[in-house]
Amino acid sequence: MSRSYQSWGNYPKAKHQRVIPIHWRDALPDLQALEGSLLPYGYGRSYGDSCLNENGTLLDITPLNRYIAFDAETGVIRCEGGVLFADLLNYIVPRGWFLPTTPGTKFVSVGGAIANDVHGKNHHVAGTFGRHVTCFELLRSDGTRLMCSPTENADLFSATIGGLGLTGIILWAEFKLRRIQGPYIAQEKIRFGGIDEFFDISEASDKDYEYTVAWVDCVSSGDKLGRGIFIRGNNAWHHKLPGKSATPKTLLTAPFDLPSFALNLHTVRAFNEVYYHALLTKVQRKIVPYDPFFYPLDMINEWNKFYGNAGFLQYQFVVPYASDRGAIKEILRQISTSGVVSFLAVLKVFGDVKSPGMLSFPRPGVTLALDFPYRGAPTLRLLDRLDQIVRECGGAIYPAKDARMSPQMFEASFPNWRAFSPHVDPKFSSSFWRRVMQQPASGK
Amino acid sequence: MKVMIIGATSAIAHEVSRCFAADNAALFLVARNAEKLAAAADDLKVLGASQVETYCADLADLSTHGALIEAGKTALGGIDAVLIAHGVLGDQQAAQQSVEATLELFHVNAVSYISLLTLLANHFEAQKQGSLAVIGSVAGDRGRGSNYIYGAAKGAVALFTGGVRNRLAKVGVAVVTVKPGFVDTPMTAGMKKNLLFAKPAQVGKRIYAAMLKGEDIVYTPPFWMLIMFIIRNIPERIFKKLKL
Ligand SMILES: Cc1cc2nc3c(=O)[nH]c(=O)nc-3n(C[C@H](O)[C@H](O)[C@H](O)COP(=O)(O)OP(=O)(O)OC[C@H]3O[C@@H](n4cnc5c(N)ncnc54)[C@H](O)[C@@H]3O)c2cc1C
Ligand SMILES: NC(=O)c1ccc[n+]([C@@H]2O[C@H](COP(=O)([O-])OP(=O)(O)OC[C@H]3O[C@@H](n4cnc5c(N)ncnc54)[C@H](OP(=O)(O)O)[C@@H]3O)[C@@H](O)[C@H]2O)c1
Repeated sequence: MSRSYQSWGNYPKAKHQRVIPIHWRDALPDLQALEGSLLPYGYGRSYGDSCLNENGTLLDITPLNRYIAFDAETGVIRCEGGVLFADLLNYIVPRGWFLPTTPGTKFVSVGGAIANDVHGKNHHVAGTFGRHVTCFELLRSDGTRLMCSPTENADLFSATIGGLGLTGIILWAEFKLRRIQGPYIAQEKIRFGGIDEFFDISEASDKDYEYTVAWVDCVSSGDKLGRGIFIRGNNAWHHKLPGKSATPKTLLTAPFDLPSFALNLHTVRAFNEVYYHALLTKVQRKIVPYDPFFYPLDMINEWNKFYGNAGFLQYQFVVPYASDRGAIKEILRQISTSGVVSFLAVLKVFGDVKSPGMLSFPRPGVTLALDFPYRGAPTLRLLDRLDQIVRECGGAIYPAKDARMSPQMFEASFPNWRAFSPHVDPKFSSSFWRRVMQQPASGK
Repeated sequence: MKVMIIGATSAIAHEVSRCFAADNAALFLVARNAEKLAAAADDLKVLGASQVETYCADLADLSTHGALIEAGKTALGGIDAVLIAHGVLGDQQAAQQSVEATLELFHVNAVSYISLLTLLANHFEAQKQGSLAVIGSVAGDRGRGSNYIYGAAKGAVALFTGGVRNRLAKVGVAVVTVKPGFVDTPMTAGMKKNLLFAKPAQVGKRIYAAMLKGEDIVYTPPFWMLIMFIIRNIPERIFKKLKL
């Protein structure tokens, strides 16, 4: 299949000078000899422009997808940077292991997961993915290969975790898996009527549930504002491991870019109404396979195409716990009165396990992720207003989802960027990085 | 199962090896680059291969062939299946200016296959069972101006393999000719990718299945069977005028 080398949100669209696939750890292209700036590219599951390098070169890491070693006793696995989580799961789940933490899609690479220091539904107990990485090998553009761990090249280790691919190529990484008793999750869904109720359930769940997340209805206003469904679960132990054939299939493929009117206020409102009330009882308990629990969106291939050719923006922020309720309520109010529709809204309380990366996004507080179809200036204006609120609360925006935050907003979100920037490889850059650093637009 | 993969660092061949590794097969890998071989071997061990042995040889050097086959037999204690997969696309434009370069391309893509097939056919004929697969190409189905040196070599391999299949069918040995279309591998790294390009994993799984089932000629992905049927049947007087 051809690859498009865009980002998941299809906004902005980038033109690259060339794409160079990296096939072997030991037969690497001479990066120094390449003209222009370079950026690693995994599966392009970042939404905005952090995986794009307008006018520059992309280094496609996905062919670098071999395992190096696996210790079935300790669950320590070492593999190349392009290994796909979905493939890894097919290998480890039947052997009684699971990812230490996983984002809401399994179509990401190990390198991409490190470069964005991704988080999952178990952040409150497990922290970010980078927390479980023991070491990796980093290739710099001058050809040097550095072993990085908390004790060796420690600075580069923490710069690369969450380092947005700017410090070099992660050729391989080693990380610790988590033991599971089976591939099932004991899931509970609980309906909540508003934000205050969400926080009460979240607080009560953090101790006893490994995985927690919530869906919020962002279109309803008034006394329905902030209603939603809280989803929590634990690994279920009383089911058998699947055989080899248990590989799940995707159900559907979005065949083409739908006209952008397919997702509008009315369809989303109707969907939310149905989804909210589909939960007939206040609490619903079920044993479910891990796939629909962790990766509900992966069931529809290329669902991002539902947003049409204009693409969409994801907006994910975190605000510190102390200020959360007011800020979240204010943001939900702004959205519901703006007339701009968010189809997806995911709410989660982060725990206080420290993120290891200099630019890691997760920090103690509450995070909300929203999807907005791109409608030009009105969309951007709304997000600027939301930035204001997030900034006043001392919050941050997630670069993996961002295509538009201002340099000021970036600096406010990541005060550590000054410590980070000396570690950026002199030949590496991205559309995102040039934007937030206010560097000239050309990749050359 | 005891499987020998010749040209084991090829992206397509590696995907075939992965399928066998998942079945806990014992593998004997032959390729010319030791570092790449080691990376491939580690991956297959993790994936479940019961034994992985590696052997370095430049396959263009025909004198290595006898020894490498013997080494494989000894290391695994016999051989049930073999895949021959190495190859070089070459630069048609440059090669057509030079007899030497043309023959060199033909040598590695065709003569080395003929040498290996001759030795392996005798091994399998004596053994009276097993599966022998070679990677040809859709490019071998018809001579095209842009790629006829490589194409002629692949065509020669297909014809030769057909003969071996006919001979070994009598003793119950399967001989598979695989004809992939475009595959996204290091060989095609310099080509602009379009919708016709398949992933090596998809092609590898198909080859593995064909080896187990003992199929004859396999176009992969399957739509190439139709494309090549049409291409083969365009009258030459029209075909020669096309820019292909
Ligand atoms: C449906 C969906 C749900 C998601 N849910 C979550 C979630 O719950 N939590 C979360 O944290 N994120 C989430 N994400 C975002 C996603 O996890 C990250 O964007 C992830 O980094 C994507 O990985 P990728 O392999 O596609 O990398 P890409 O998007 O291709 O690249 C991401 C970054 O990694 C760098 N990179 C890639 N490979 C390497 C390498 N080998 N060496 C060095 N740098 C490299 C790139 O340069 C780029 O900066 C979600 C995305 C989608 C589409
Ligand atoms: N990719 C396609 O579109 C396509 C289409 C049809 C058919 N094919 C055929 O499929 C087969 C596999 O190719 P691929 O696509 O997987 O490409 P690939 O990954 O580049 O594999 C080619 C392999 O052949 C090896 N090789 C070349 N000359 C050699 C020699 N003299 N001695 C030892 N090894 C040698 C290469 O080794 P090094 O890595 O050491 O160079 C490499 O591992 C080839 O026969 C090819 O012709 C490919």
